[in-house]
Amino acid sequence: MRVELENIHKHYGSVRANDGVDLSVQGGEIHGILGENGAGKSTLMKVLSGYIRKTAGTITVDGRQVEFRSPGKASECGIGMLYQDPLDFLNLSVLDNFMLGQVSGLKNEREYYRRKLLPLSTHFNFNLDPNSPVSRLTIGERQQLEILRLLSIGIKVLILDEPTTGISEIQKQTLFAALKQLAREGKSVLLISHKLEDTQVLCNRVTVLRRGKVTGHMEAPFDTRQLLDQMFDQLPTPPSRLKASPGDTILSMSDVVSTGGRTGLQKCNILVRKGEVVGLAGLEGSGQGVFLRVASGMSRPKSGIVEVDGRSMIGKSHREFKDAGVTFVPTSRLEEGLVPGLDITEHFALNARKTRFFVRWSNALSAAKEKIEMFRISGRPRSPVQSLSGGNQQRLLLSFLPEAPRLLLLENPTRGLDVESAHWVWRHLQTYTARNTSIVFSSAELDEIVMVADRILVFFDGKIVKDVRAEDTDSRELGRAIAGEI
Amino acid sequence: MTMAQITSPGPAQLLKFVREFGLTLTVVVLFTTLVLLIAGAPPLDAYFYILKGSLGSWVKISHVLKTWVPLTLCGAGLLYTFRIGLWNIGIEGQVMMGAVFATLTLRLGLNSQWPMWFLGLSFAAAALGGGLWALIAGFLKTKGGVNEIFAGLGMNFVAQGLILWLIFGPWKRPGVASMSGTEIFPQSLWLPYISSLRLSPAAIALAVTAVLITAVMLRYSRIGLCLKAIGGNSQACVLYGLTPTHFMLLAMMFAGGFAGIAGCLQVSGVYHRLLPAISSNYGYLALLVVMLSNYNVWVVPFVAFFFACLNVGSIQLPMMLQLDSSLAGVIQGALVLATLAVSAWRGRRAKIFEAQTQEAVAK
Ligand SMILES: Nc1ncnc2c1ncn2[C@@H]1O[C@H](COP(=O)(O)OP(=O)(O)OP(=O)(O)O)[C@@H](O)[C@H]1O
Ligand SMILES: [Mg+2]
Repeated sequence: MRVELENIHKHYGSVRANDGVDLSVQGGEIHGILGENGAGKSTLMKVLSGYIRKTAGTITVDGRQVEFRSPGKASECGIGMLYQDPLDFLNLSVLDNFMLGQVSGLKNEREYYRRKLLPLSTHFNFNLDPNSPVSRLTIGERQQLEILRLLSIGIKVLILDEPTTGISEIQKQTLFAALKQLAREGKSVLLISHKLEDTQVLCNRVTVLRRGKVTGHMEAPFDTRQLLDQMFDQLPTPPSRLKASPGDTILSMSDVVSTGGRTGLQKCNILVRKGEVVGLAGLEGSGQGVFLRVASGMSRPKSGIVEVDGRSMIGKSHREFKDAGVTFVPTSRLEEGLVPGLDITEHFALNARKTRFFVRWSNALSAAKEKIEMFRISGRPRSPVQSLSGGNQQRLLLSFLPEAPRLLLLENPTRGLDVESAHWVWRHLQTYTARNTSIVFSSAELDEIVMVADRILVFFDGKIVKDVRAEDTDSRELGRAIAGEI
Repeated sequence: MTMAQITSPGPAQLLKFVREFGLTLTVVVLFTTLVLLIAGAPPLDAYFYILKGSLGSWVKISHVLKTWVPLTLCGAGLLYTFRIGLWNIGIEGQVMMGAVFATLTLRLGLNSQWPMWFLGLSFAAAALGGGLWALIAGFLKTKGGVNEIFAGLGMNFVAQGLILWLIFGPWKRPGVASMSGTEIFPQSLWLPYISSLRLSPAAIALAVTAVLITAVMLRYSRIGLCLKAIGGNSQACVLYGLTPTHFMLLAMMFAGGFAGIAGCLQVSGVYHRLLPAISSNYGYLALLVVMLSNYNVWVVPFVAFFFACLNVGSIQLPMMLQLDSSLAGVIQGALVLATLAVSAWRGRRAKIFEAQTQEAVAK
């Protein structure tokens, strides 16, 4: 199947998310879509999958012009998109989710679909139990389920938007193998990614977008240098580890036990010192999230002692943690961090001093303008946050950080950011550590942790299995600890 | 688009609203025309009588305004609860409790030397009564996890029962207890009114004030911003140091307070006694008014006026056209259905093309 996009425009008022994009994909091709945050990648793919309607341009499938008014129409033509958070029905089982949208509901076809699901699953080396509820699956497994569902409804062009965020290294390898397998079978894959290494191993061709326009097409093997030139105005310079001289203890946990997530947190004993940058490594959901939530008062531990600056914080609310100088930035932006429906200015108003009866809208507006400029957010003071691109939502969250926090707890702070932004964010965060703020952050990227952390904690199954200084270890040793091989 | 997502009206949004209102109106007219045709009434005549029956004379207009006042007050109150994402169905009972508390206060003032004091006090008492009643539903929701719709409905039944018990029990007229309510209060305890129209300017002033206060609160106060934020994403609001349940209770109290004042006006400004049907379904009707206004405070008074006209104008319709008297109810029902149909359609459309709906704002 051959899909061609010609002169695609998608305008939001005066914002040109896509501004005359051309793209073509052949059967058997894995096509990468690259570009900085807000370049228009997701928009283009949503247009192709019928999720949003284009302003202008033509889409042809096998030479026939098509018009997608809904995702359903696109999937009838064989085009399907895997969203970053697949909207599964959490209470239903894997099999039920697989059957959704396929069954007529007239007769009981469970056995038929079970027999369809199992071989498909093994074909791609996925490991899905048809009976387990979807709520118990990891993000990677939910992704696998959604891919199988899309394939079984006859998808020939599969679109993936940053599919490797939040999944483990093993799941990533499985995913890549599956995508290659699909390409061998003549299907096409469109892949949005911020990782050049991933594109390098996977893609036959890439298209680079910048500010809604195509800045380059390239065939494999890719010249990384040239790709970066096409993606960014300035080339990113990586941050380097600062030499920290840790001071007194700011956060201490002793024998903390907590539930939550897949694994909970078991018997956690830890000290974090002032000015220290601590990286939390481990497979997604091995306890890092619970740790950060307990440390910020977002959830209460079952037992154990949490102290901030020597003061016991047991039973205290997040607000009291905040008052003690603890700031938490969660990873799921639109679920936990931002309020959909409110614009950027309203978020700054929400962050402003809480004692006044009336909102100082002019102050909020100037704060919004200042931070938009400073954090280079592509959006306007009046843009609703859900209209920002993923990376720009992350920048906005980071722009809320107070002037002088004592302890920053960041969950995957650079997830979804392009390389240049990720480096920029770290250089910005390092200005905090220079002022003696401690940072504790989790990340799925071992490289990132090794690059900036002074000290690394490895989580496995809800426990901290390794606690080392960054200069005393290397990626191989850490990788083994992450897999639980101590 | 969820309720909390409505921002202050810009030109583009106003245009959108006008378009949608026009659509609802068309659906309503088509639907009622159909109903009238089925009932064997000439539709054009019917519309003429509705117009004449509501705006045909000053007395009629004053009737319309008497309906408009409680609708607008309740509408203003409901804006707070809708903002935070609560369905305050209990508003009907909150009107009733306002009426009960007002009656109680006025009864205490029966032989007083300063009736005006008790009249004034009755408003405070009514706001308190409505507010407390709403607070109970709020606590059931925040502490007990009871859905506010069920809690509200239950509280409505209780309030209605309480009124009946009062009318037939402790507050019954000397000698006879009847559905026509308690003894009429002496004129000294009536809200001052323009005698030719039997309309009290204070009531109108209160409704206008309620709209203004609500507009200012929602647009400029921190409370208004917090209600909207919590309505949008209560989980994220914890991160901003807010406690969602506190604001839910606060919103309920605002709604209950305004509803209570509406109830008080029904007692001291319209009926001068407590009736079983003292709330006249104005609370339920106000829910529709607010939905049809697209949760926009500036639109609420106009839509409330429209509903008030229909309400008053259709009373005489059956008589004029020699039709069954249930027709007025049928027309109101048609109105309700049309409103719901359009808002459901709007919701569905918004969901499918969520991204598109943001375009206007992004400019
Ligand atoms: N509904 C919308 N309303 C207004 N502007 C929008 C809307 N959706 C997207 N945009 C704007 O269009 C631009 C492109 O957004 P898009 O989500 O396609 O970027 P992206 O390339 O996927 O970025 P990222 O890597 O950060 O995910 C952004 O500037 C964004 O603010
Ligand atoms: Mg994107």
